[in-house]
Amino acid sequence: MNVSSLSFLRKFGRIIKPKNIKSTKSIFGTRIFHKSFSSSTQSPPPAEGFMPGVSESKFIKNTSEDAMNNRELLEFGVLDGETKKMNLFQSINDAMRIALATDETAVIFGEDVAFGGVFRCTLGLSEMFGRDRVFNTPLTEQGIVGFAIGMASMGHTAIAEIQFADYIYPAFDQIVNEAAKYRYRSGGLFNVGGLLIRAPCSAVGHGGHYHSQSPEGYFAHTPGIKVVIPRSPIQAKGLLLASIRDRNPIIFLEPKILYRAAVEYVPIGDYELPLGKAEILKSGKDVTVVGYGSQIYVLENAIKMAEKKISGLSCELIDLRTILPWDVDTVVNSVNKTGRLVIAHEAPQTSGFAAEIATTITENCFLRLESPIQRVCGWDTPFPLVFEKFYVPDAIRCFDAIMEVVEF
Amino acid sequence: MIFACRNVWSRKTPLNILNRKTTRFWQFSTKAVKEEKVKFPGVTESYFTDKMQFIQSVNPIPTYRVMDRQGKVLDPAQEPQVSKEFALKIYKDMITLNILDLILYEAQRQGRISFYMTNYGEEAYIGSSAGLDSQDVIFGQYREAGVLLYRGFTIDEFMNQCYSNEKDYGKGRQMPVHYGSKKLNFQTISSPLATQIPQASGAAYALKRAGNKNCVMCYFGEGAASEGDFHAALNLAATMQCPVIFFCRNNGFAISTPAFEQYKGDGVASRGIGYGINSIRVDGNDVWAVYNVTKAARQLAVEENRPVLIEAMTYRISHHSTSDDSSAYRSKEEVENWMRFDNPIVRLRRWLENKNWWNEQEDKSYRTFIRKEILKSFSKAEKLQKPSITDLFNDVYDRPTPNIIIQREKLKKLIEKYPNNYPLKIFKNEGEDL
Repeated sequence: MNVSSLSFLRKFGRIIKPKNIKSTKSIFGTRIFHKSFSSSTQSPPPAEGFMPGVSESKFIKNTSEDAMNNRELLEFGVLDGETKKMNLFQSINDAMRIALATDETAVIFGEDVAFGGVFRCTLGLSEMFGRDRVFNTPLTEQGIVGFAIGMASMGHTAIAEIQFADYIYPAFDQIVNEAAKYRYRSGGLFNVGGLLIRAPCSAVGHGGHYHSQSPEGYFAHTPGIKVVIPRSPIQAKGLLLASIRDRNPIIFLEPKILYRAAVEYVPIGDYELPLGKAEILKSGKDVTVVGYGSQIYVLENAIKMAEKKISGLSCELIDLRTILPWDVDTVVNSVNKTGRLVIAHEAPQTSGFAAEIATTITENCFLRLESPIQRVCGWDTPFPLVFEKFYVPDAIRCFDAIMEVVEF
Repeated sequence: MIFACRNVWSRKTPLNILNRKTTRFWQFSTKAVKEEKVKFPGVTESYFTDKMQFIQSVNPIPTYRVMDRQGKVLDPAQEPQVSKEFALKIYKDMITLNILDLILYEAQRQGRISFYMTNYGEEAYIGSSAGLDSQDVIFGQYREAGVLLYRGFTIDEFMNQCYSNEKDYGKGRQMPVHYGSKKLNFQTISSPLATQIPQASGAAYALKRAGNKNCVMCYFGEGAASEGDFHAALNLAATMQCPVIFFCRNNGFAISTPAFEQYKGDGVASRGIGYGINSIRVDGNDVWAVYNVTKAARQLAVEENRPVLIEAMTYRISHHSTSDDSSAYRSKEEVENWMRFDNPIVRLRRWLENKNWWNEQEDKSYRTFIRKEILKSFSKAEKLQKPSITDLFNDVYDRPTPNIIIQREKLKKLIEKYPNNYPLKIFKNEGEDL
């Protein structure tokens, strides 16, 4: 994107030497964390891909059996197949490999994707499918998305990468005025259903203003597009394949902190996970907790703290997965059961997506609500560098919000 | 870049990113170094100089024409060898467009349609349509009705769109003159300027990959060429080697802004060269010049997968749109002079008359005939109902999402509750099918 992002990458992005391009196992088979990491604010920022708690998460499928224990995969015939240990960027890479192998018209392009991408998501794909299918574009976000719309308007599948979600705004016009309205304005004569835009999003420890943003709220206000955010490798692969094949333009936001931190046994077959459907990760009866992306792991820890603090408390955790169109029913049913709701996202609070969820729940569950709905969001400031730990809706803030609704 | 450079310097790089031109970089000339070539990766064809010289301009790009204002061919070798039938089709389409504009402009003035944009002075662009193959894909702005007319968009189809009636392909969702046609490979027009230009590059890349021997034609004005999307599109088309023709209609005004406030370079064509794109400037009031240039550009695009930039010079005789009164920023006299002394329709008529293919009598009777046809179509379109109200909710997605279904239901209940507050009668099914 620019000098600052490159220095940023050099700071914590490992440079892949050519000899390692063929086999990434040796590098990524095991997670490499900064051993010296401590939560003290005086310590240096953690390395990219370090997110405390992810590897211990109950929602991470640490064994093949665990991975296959998934009802959503039943219809795809992958449950008796193999699994492979993959981190998030490898599972995204795997999904794109399958997408290109199963669709002759599919292409991948963006800034620096040909050598594997600055986050390694397109590693090996240009060698496998050729430079006419996986290629670099000039440095122009509005051009990348406009180009992708044009390809999709011809019935082709265009998988465009925006290097960081923070840099998607130059393409805002193309996304909001063009892609989202293509089918509607032409009366269905034309559409750009084959369009998918991938972008790394969310906090990474030290991304500052322009390597940390979560722009889903901007796009959630746009009829005609879908917005999807996965929480893990298995989820990312299934949701990405479904998104690529869905006949609507989709923005697929990938929490970059999970690229290396989240490692799961992922089915190697071709499978899809449903769009527009939330997933209940943990059942509970007292509080409904809603989040998506990397925030799920923060919420998991917050719930642990709350349930430890109040014996007998049980929280229900829901991963929204699709932001637009979101699964109202699952959340409504949950809140009708629990009577309390906490929503958390990294993006700033005012007009963030939590506001939409809160309003809808108020409309639908008014008589069942036992306490005000709590939003735990980034503050209404630009995403700061050195104050990140005070900015993000961390486990303490989420825990505190759960306590608020329980003790109201 | 620093990141990727490691690969560039390594001989063992598995990515073959060293093209032939950059490998020269390793060979040192054995000749006496009189003119030393630079070795920077950013340029490959530059030489060092010890003279400091800022480049201010090159010679302005000339404007290609085939016939003068009297319809006289300047160089017989440049005259397209076309049949009488072909030439007359173009001419009749120009007249049709002109009368269609007259009638629909009036219709807007009377409040019968909400908006209109005429094509006065720009009728010669029909020549560009004639230079294309019918399977070539078109992305337009909003002054390409002639291109669409030549392709076979019927008068009824124009009328239906402007009236937003139940036969409008766009289901009454967009403002008038936002035409589109699937069967004629004409992508639906949208209002945001220049957005179609990078889309055209992408569509061209798709055609190339599919192995179609076709190109994309993309129209825009000189005002739109100031948008960032223009820059993105031309650079992408050049680097991706897309078979796309960029056709800039330079009519001297973007609403009220004259070209001299739009740019300071040599128009738009000169920019193409900076992107490494074959560029040409043409007399946009000369239908044969436009035709020749488009045909030649198409060949470059399709045979060599190269983008081409055509800048067609003309004058916008009409107001920008029905929302504009151009007398506020230019003199009526100036406009009339253009109409009188450099009129694309008159020019082609003289050419036809020189060939004895057309005469005043034929001209009169054809104008009378087509006027009647247009008026017939006009009343037909006006009488039709508007699309079904349920179409308000369709096509946002391939299938309505749950919230859209709920909202459709809400509107249905509202209409049942307050039927007298909504103009149900003029809509197909009167809201019954919501």
